[in-house]
Amino acid sequence: MKLHLVSLNILPIVRKEFRQIKRDKRILSILLFIPALMLLMFGYALNFDVKHTSMAVYDEDRSSVSREFTEQFFISEYFTKVQTLESKAEINNLLDAEKARVVLVIPSSFTKDIQRGRAASVQVIVDGTNSNAAATVLGYINAIIQQYSVKVMTESFVRMGQQNITMPIDFEPRVWYNPELESAKFLVPGLIAFILMVTAVVSTALAIVRERELGTMEQLMVSPIKPIELILGKTIPYTIISLFATVTILFLGSILFDVSIKGSIFLLSLVTFIFFIGSLGMGLLISTMVETQQLAFMIAAIVSMLPTFILSGFVFPIRNMPIIIQGITYLLPARYFLVALRAIILKGAGLSAFWDQALILTIYAVIMIGISSLRMRKILA
Amino acid sequence: MKLWKGHKEQLDGKAPMDNDCAVVAEELTKKFGKFIAVDHVSFKVKRGEIFGFLGPNGAGKSTTIRMLCGLFSPTEGSAHVGGFDVATQPDEIKSRIGYMSQKFSLYEDLTVEQNINFYGGIYGLEGARLEERKHWVIEMAGLAGKESMLAHTLSGGWRQRLALGCSILHEPPILFLDEPTGGVDPVSRRKFWDLIYDLSHRGVTIFVTTHYMDEAEHCHTIGLIYTGKLIALGSPTELKHSLDRYSVFEVQCSNTVDAMELLRGQAWAAETSIFGSAFHISTLNVSDAEKKIQGILTNEKIAVSRIEKIIPSLEDVFIQRIAEEDARKNGARN
Repeated sequence: MKLHLVSLNILPIVRKEFRQIKRDKRILSILLFIPALMLLMFGYALNFDVKHTSMAVYDEDRSSVSREFTEQFFISEYFTKVQTLESKAEINNLLDAEKARVVLVIPSSFTKDIQRGRAASVQVIVDGTNSNAAATVLGYINAIIQQYSVKVMTESFVRMGQQNITMPIDFEPRVWYNPELESAKFLVPGLIAFILMVTAVVSTALAIVRERELGTMEQLMVSPIKPIELILGKTIPYTIISLFATVTILFLGSILFDVSIKGSIFLLSLVTFIFFIGSLGMGLLISTMVETQQLAFMIAAIVSMLPTFILSGFVFPIRNMPIIIQGITYLLPARYFLVALRAIILKGAGLSAFWDQALILTIYAVIMIGISSLRMRKILA
Repeated sequence: MKLWKGHKEQLDGKAPMDNDCAVVAEELTKKFGKFIAVDHVSFKVKRGEIFGFLGPNGAGKSTTIRMLCGLFSPTEGSAHVGGFDVATQPDEIKSRIGYMSQKFSLYEDLTVEQNINFYGGIYGLEGARLEERKHWVIEMAGLAGKESMLAHTLSGGWRQRLALGCSILHEPPILFLDEPTGGVDPVSRRKFWDLIYDLSHRGVTIFVTTHYMDEAEHCHTIGLIYTGKLIALGSPTELKHSLDRYSVFEVQCSNTVDAMELLRGQAWAAETSIFGSAFHISTLNVSDAEKKIQGILTNEKIAVSRIEKIIPSLEDVFIQRIAEEDARKNGARN
């Protein structure tokens, strides 16, 4: 009898839940394959690296100097030459049809100006519809022109008899944590947060509301099953599946995108677990507020997907957001989880680097579980 | 075959009060804000008895059943189920009762056997005991050979019997049935009541709500609840005799609606109600009622083909009681 008081009767519910998941192949495939699919999609398609920008050249100068200058763009992997224009009139059509994103216009006075030591001007027309990419492209163009200017200047100094030219500032770039500046490395941790959040919130909310909608909850309520047993029994299967999805992402991330975990696996698991508990609490809370699966799905999806995708810093940097929106991001657990995840996976940082984020996540989890179990008790008891 | 062992031991020495009664409600009251769903209801259900709880929708039937099952506490008064207080010992009650509602709470995406395994599991059955009880339920519900069918492919009668089986897997001494025969064909209803009788013979106390008057006749005791108040309580025979001071007639005539309207105006007519193609009229303190009815209707050129004094049905009793309760309430208001 005493033993019965301590032990929890969870197994029948866990078993039943797994059977139902197994029966509904759609749920299982959504939970297992969507994460992998999303990783592939985001990893390959959602690429913020601006490379191979299509560029057309209208060269009025047609000299060896102008050709040498133009070449500077195409020896880098940032630009690809799509066309050489014969007249200025072609520029409009080209940009409208998106056949080129950038048009470089070299005036006929280009070589003359350089040789006379005057500032030669070139015109660069950039398609600004994708503002982020356009800004990046402008940066590249600027750098390439600067580099070429320095080269021309150095040559003229040498011609004038000066040797050993040194630049006043020598620039030695070192990029840490993601030296190739690949978007995938930045995205993999975010994707883990996104998928965990979505599976935890949506599946928990649905699993509980389904019982209420079908009337089986009533049957469970008159049985000796305690609320805690019901909640644990219903969430454990989804926890296992979500953690499996997490491992899948980490594994795929490492073989496809070379994202290996630099930091401690233990810390990674710990932070992930805390975040997951908070998300479960959110799912439970939603399930106590709505009556139908349809509504539960909509609310859970909106609450978990959109903010995590847009506001957590997963895709768009928070520091570029308007102040008010930045304020809102402080309410999202994914924001803190992401910082911790990136610190562990990309930087190999220890707890000292993200203890504050972990603390906030813990507080969030405690609050969520607290509120939802209070509301749950009202419904179940 | 001893299929219903166990519950005796479960209750022995644990039922502190009123050993003959499985359910005792005393002044049981539930308020939701200002709304009084159940209003000082008192009754006793003897062990092994079938207690029928009747009343229109929204009268307080479900609220009462939910309180008795320990789902929520009474606002006032008390109730004991199997000797345990619903307000303070809901857990003890939950492990000793079975509950089945008209929703037949089965998991439609699980098979017959998986449903039984699950409900067995949450009542802590395992191993040989679970196998034995599973076998019993499948036999009882006539589901042999259908163990691996999905619950949603079963027809209404089978689902109903499977749901009943799942709710008595743990051999509860008290069984609550909330409109258990809703949406089931008459043959299955008959079979279901045979099972209920069988359980009652084995000593299981049955507390059942229903809309069907013929089902009410099957019960040992009936309680009628109306706007939260218990307005009739007794065996079907007792309740019918409670109308003895009334004389009830069944009248068959050419114009039922006008005839009822005419008679309703008479001081001695207590209540009229349509009954099939005829109507029932209960009369009070009047001699020669038969002749008076005949006279009034003939005067108005309504042809009376049959008029006979009858033993009141349960429906007559309930209509009478509800009318009295309404009159009492209106009187109090005016």
